[in-house]
Amino acid sequence: MTMLPEKSGPFTHAETSVTRTMTLVMAALVPATLFDAWLFGWPAIFLFITTVGSCMALEALCLNLQGKPFDRALSDGSAALTGWLLAMSLPPWAPWWVAFIAAVFAICVAKHIFGGLGQNVFNPAMVGRIAVLVSFPVQLTAFLAPHPLFAAASPGFMESLTITFGHAASLDSVSAASALGFIKTELSRGVPVSESLTKIPDLMDMAMGARAGSFGETSAVLILLGGLFLMAKKIISWHIPVTVMGTLFLMGSLFNAVDPGRFEPGWFHLVSGATFLGAFFIATDYVTSPVSKEGQLVYGFGIGLLTWVIRTFAGYPEGMAFAVLLMNALAPIIDHNIRPRAFGRTRKGEPLAVRGDQ
Amino acid sequence: MKLFPVRGGIHPDYRKDATSEKPIVALPMPAVLHILLQQHIGASAEAVVSEGQHVKKGELLGRAQGAVSAPVHAPTSGLIKAVTRCPAPHPSGLDQLTVVLEPDGKDEWGDLLPPIKDPFAATTDEIALRVAACGIVGLGGATFPSSVKLNLGKIHKLEMLLLNGAECEPYLTCDDRVMREFADEVVDGARIMAHALGTPKIVIGIESNKPAAIKAMTAAAEKVTGVVVAPVPVQYPMGSERHLVQAITGRETPIRKLTADIGVVVHNVATARAIHHAVRFGRPLINRVVTVGGGAVAEGKNIEAPIGADVQDLIRFCGGLRESAHRFVNGGPMMGQPLPSLNVPVIKGMSGILALTKKEANEHAPQPCIRCGSCVTTCPCGLVPVEMAAFIRNDKLDMAARSGVQDCFSCGSCSWICPSHIPLVHYFNYAKGALAAQDRDARKIDRTKTLVEARNARLEKVAEAKRAAAAARKAKTATPESDKASA
Repeated sequence: MTMLPEKSGPFTHAETSVTRTMTLVMAALVPATLFDAWLFGWPAIFLFITTVGSCMALEALCLNLQGKPFDRALSDGSAALTGWLLAMSLPPWAPWWVAFIAAVFAICVAKHIFGGLGQNVFNPAMVGRIAVLVSFPVQLTAFLAPHPLFAAASPGFMESLTITFGHAASLDSVSAASALGFIKTELSRGVPVSESLTKIPDLMDMAMGARAGSFGETSAVLILLGGLFLMAKKIISWHIPVTVMGTLFLMGSLFNAVDPGRFEPGWFHLVSGATFLGAFFIATDYVTSPVSKEGQLVYGFGIGLLTWVIRTFAGYPEGMAFAVLLMNALAPIIDHNIRPRAFGRTRKGEPLAVRGDQ
Repeated sequence: MKLFPVRGGIHPDYRKDATSEKPIVALPMPAVLHILLQQHIGASAEAVVSEGQHVKKGELLGRAQGAVSAPVHAPTSGLIKAVTRCPAPHPSGLDQLTVVLEPDGKDEWGDLLPPIKDPFAATTDEIALRVAACGIVGLGGATFPSSVKLNLGKIHKLEMLLLNGAECEPYLTCDDRVMREFADEVVDGARIMAHALGTPKIVIGIESNKPAAIKAMTAAAEKVTGVVVAPVPVQYPMGSERHLVQAITGRETPIRKLTADIGVVVHNVATARAIHHAVRFGRPLINRVVTVGGGAVAEGKNIEAPIGADVQDLIRFCGGLRESAHRFVNGGPMMGQPLPSLNVPVIKGMSGILALTKKEANEHAPQPCIRCGSCVTTCPCGLVPVEMAAFIRNDKLDMAARSGVQDCFSCGSCSWICPSHIPLVHYFNYAKGALAAQDRDARKIDRTKTLVEARNARLEKVAEAKRAAAAARKAKTATPESDKASA
């Protein structure tokens, strides 16, 4: 008998697959998603379904146009995950067309124009979010205070359908600024940070998520739980989350110590906005982050620093998405320049010196 | 013992339980043996027997040729049926020169070399010559002639003989069993080697998932002085000699240097046992322990098989296959080679024969790379496999070389972990082969150029000499004329 050995070893393989990775990331998002769905009610649920559905449909369409088998690519879960993260970055009561346009930018522009899975330079979900944020600033900054499902003041099922799919009623009656937005507005009115800080929800509420903000970003604790789960499963490592949050915290604390009236404290930066979601789920996106741990440290530091700079000095209250995209652009350069030291070689690639012949 | 961290690595499913408790059993003598003349790194052996000749057990069949080579011996007594080309257990499936031996069933020993009475009074040359004469090669799989390595003490200042009992490949238990059942022989062999090398210290590195082997070896080591057993962490590829040296000594072998350059020589445990046999009894290397395993084999075993036995005979001895195997592997599943057929003989470097089921192999069609970086994290050589594979796929071999593809020793950690099932090692093996071929071509061109330049220079010199001679002649004939004219 003759067997044709058509491939080199190894002849065993870990139980890893793209689908498993994507599924685990989605599983890690479940607690925060469920909590936020409850917190913001039916409109948020409709928005979530619309975003994920749009992303998957657009993925199938793009693959079909390229003549690629779309069943397999859909089953890898990458499009669903992009949709999921995109939904979590949108204001919970945003209208359906915002979600759809964001999905077009995420899947068609950011992902498939660059060559599909694994080829995109920029994080698709963040491209989608930024595209709608700069195009429709009103809808994208219309955050609202929590309206828990089945609570008296919350919209019912039918009413919620009109919020998401109908003519968007004015949200003025329900909208509330996010903590970051509130402090920025107050600062521009001349109210020092130290004073406006007293008017935002307390630290515990901020961390638990009972505050105004994007759909998925409000519950820092549940996001952290998901992030720790991913670390335990070795899907992500500590390098990016710790450097992102550490840099943000240090910059915040440092400048707050210098001028508490102008700069928000470090803890505030940590629990507000998309810090946790960004650090654990957005910045850790495999495709758009550096491949080496050494590079990831630089990348995480860059995101933390840029987020702080944008939050503190730029026009937008939240800077995580911009910071991620800016560092995405640098990831190839980081990969090129920061690499592990090869065994038996110096950092420069020269062979190590043998003892005694230096 | 203080250990040092080693970069990267993986923790595959070890699946050693199936055979680790199975004592070594001898294979019943097969009807025919195919003894390859090339079972080692270096020059092939040259046959010294011919068709129709009767040989005894241990008799020389092929003698070593050149400095790096090894002889082969008759694993049993019998009749030489032919010296011809037969299939070798190499992925190419190509034939190699083979001595075909038909055992006569008597298993009669021939005249052996006399035992070296006191090996610790013998010189390095005596021991190295004996090891060379007995055809001993590295039994861990590298099959480098051991005698060459025993001479390293002459050119390097050595501090330690490191005995490699890591056996980090999944499934394989042959070294484990050898350490458990022949601990004293292994330790004695190690002490003989250390004496030849002139190293004061012997460390035996064993992965801590082999507690019985650690216990047996520790007991054997305690009977003598200067031998230490070091349990090392279970982390593939701990059995790679450079990485084992790093774990034990903290020293990192510079690239393109030997571990001997940093004072350590590494030998496999089974090699130590073979050297014990060679020195104490004059017995050549004519059999080895092979683990036959994998989910498709009816009953996995550790078999002491004569060199040259058919792989098919070993599988039959294990009760055949219980289901059809997806892959047959020569060696471990990580770094082993695909077997081209089951009708190939056991060679000195064959540590395992695996019949893997589809489920065990867990192969899937490659998907796009998602740049997860797992390959970078697991690479024990600190390379960036994802980048090298991208270069190779785009046929930029020079770029792949610059990013270090030739530093890769194909441990397979990256391919194993890759969630997209990209056959990274396959890319690297292709690139290494292509680069080596380029290198050979470049050297050939260089050599041709040098020769052409030398020839041109020579011709030029001859022409110059001719010109000079002609000028001199002319001057000679011209002078009388001018004399005449002036006269």
